[in-house]
Amino acid sequence: MTPRPSTLSAPWLLAGPGALFFIGLVLLPLALTVILSFHAYDHSTGIQNTFTLSHYVAVVTDEYYLEIFWRTLRIAALTTLICAAIGVPEAYILSRMRDPWRSIFLLVIIGPLLVSVVVRTFGWSMLLGSQGLVNQALQLLGLPSARILYTETAIVIALVHVMLPFMVIPVWTALQKLDPMVEAAAWTLGASHFTALRRVVMPQVTLGMLSGSLIVFGLSASAFAVPALLGGRRLKMAATLVYDEYLQELNWPLGAAIAIIVLVANLCIMLAYNRMVEARARRTLG
Amino acid sequence: MQKNGPVALIFHVLVLTFVLAPLVIICLVAFTPENTLSLPTTGLSLRWFEAVFAHPDFMASFWNSIWLATFSATLAVAFAVPAGLAISRYTFPGRDFLNALFLSPLIIPHLVLGVAFLRLFALIGATGSFAWLVATHTIIVTPYVLRLVLAALSGLDRSAEQAARTLGAGEWTTFRRITAPMILPGITGGWLLAFINSFDELTMSIFVTSPATVTLPVRMYMYATESIDPMMAAVSALMIAITAAAMLVLDRAFGLDRILVGQR
Repeated sequence: MTPRPSTLSAPWLLAGPGALFFIGLVLLPLALTVILSFHAYDHSTGIQNTFTLSHYVAVVTDEYYLEIFWRTLRIAALTTLICAAIGVPEAYILSRMRDPWRSIFLLVIIGPLLVSVVVRTFGWSMLLGSQGLVNQALQLLGLPSARILYTETAIVIALVHVMLPFMVIPVWTALQKLDPMVEAAAWTLGASHFTALRRVVMPQVTLGMLSGSLIVFGLSASAFAVPALLGGRRLKMAATLVYDEYLQELNWPLGAAIAIIVLVANLCIMLAYNRMVEARARRTLG
Repeated sequence: MQKNGPVALIFHVLVLTFVLAPLVIICLVAFTPENTLSLPTTGLSLRWFEAVFAHPDFMASFWNSIWLATFSATLAVAFAVPAGLAISRYTFPGRDFLNALFLSPLIIPHLVLGVAFLRLFALIGATGSFAWLVATHTIIVTPYVLRLVLAALSGLDRSAEQAARTLGAGEWTTFRRITAPMILPGITGGWLLAFINSFDELTMSIFVTSPATVTLPVRMYMYATESIDPMMAAVSALMIAITAAAMLVLDRAFGLDRILVGQR
């Protein structure tokens, strides 16, 4: 549209209602939650009007909470590693397929993204249960049946399933930018398949893999449904801990403190990633 | 084009099996005639689907989720289209802030949004209100619409708009007759994606729903923590069917790979 002086306020008229809505329902509730996390709490009288750092201190000093945070990090890291180990080669294989198959299989791999996490987790609880298909298969092979459900293994398996599309998508996007002839050129020039893969394909894929890893790590570390349904009562992760503090212990300030820690950790990861991408872009451009 | 070797194809089949196994087992178990979660061995039966349709709580939650997703996806379009126009068409102070603000629900974990909404609702007395539930879902699905609207606007050939303006059409007429029809695929795709995301949402909803406004995923979660029988599989199979139908529509109309992958 032609720039005119009268359109100076136009963008704010267009975006203003949405901006107010988002400020009122994103920034305000987050600010209220930060304040809440500093409120004192008393088990018999509830939330106090005095302020304290005790919830944060409790979270970083108490063995119980530290164990849950440590488990959350371990599970998220393991999930990320496995997603990369499966998702990167799979995206590469997909990118080398011919077209009806390529689109169909891409849909099969990323389509489950749109199926509710509750549904997918329920599917895994049936597969991994003591009488589930996985155990029946183990018995057929003459192996002793394994207790998988309600272990960290079950959580990691289901998380990998839920997060895999988030790894495949950025790697796939990166591979789309790679001209397949460049790899062929490397072969023509005498490079082995492995060398071509390492020197031509991998550099392209790395950025997509990093971006996918951060998304997978962030989402796994704050995942709720999978640990809640497959972890049982004892195996808590950060999100199920927050849920319990809020809806079972009713200690909202402590739950708020843990939620804020989860949020800050997530934002730090995103910021670090943006820095890294910008630095890389500058190196490539400059 | 290079071919995939046998090792690659075996790997591919294993990945496909892994991806499809939990969905396939749900759809099989849903047809069991037995009382327990087992594969149908004696025959196929629709009894658990009938049980779902006769279950008042599940049906109430199902319709609740449908209306919630419809309203929040529509509201999200109402916010995202003007916001997308402002962000892609103008340079103004605060533009980056607005963009970050509208996309922030993608970065903030739903768990954190859930507890934040819970605090706000407790303070203003909005707990249990369907309208406020719609507002929370609008927040989480608006970024999906905005991204598709921004992508549609950036891929747009501006000459048709300029021609309309030169021929004397006002800004509103130009938008209604030229710009809107051209970005309609982006808007429709965004609406459907928003609908699916709202329909599936669990983690945030579990904090802000009350017994009167329980959504289908929250109802399923509560059901799964208490008792597990094949009815859970039947509901899940129905959800898979609904999602698959929406996916087919999305794919036929716009190419699902483009919507989920190609935002750049």
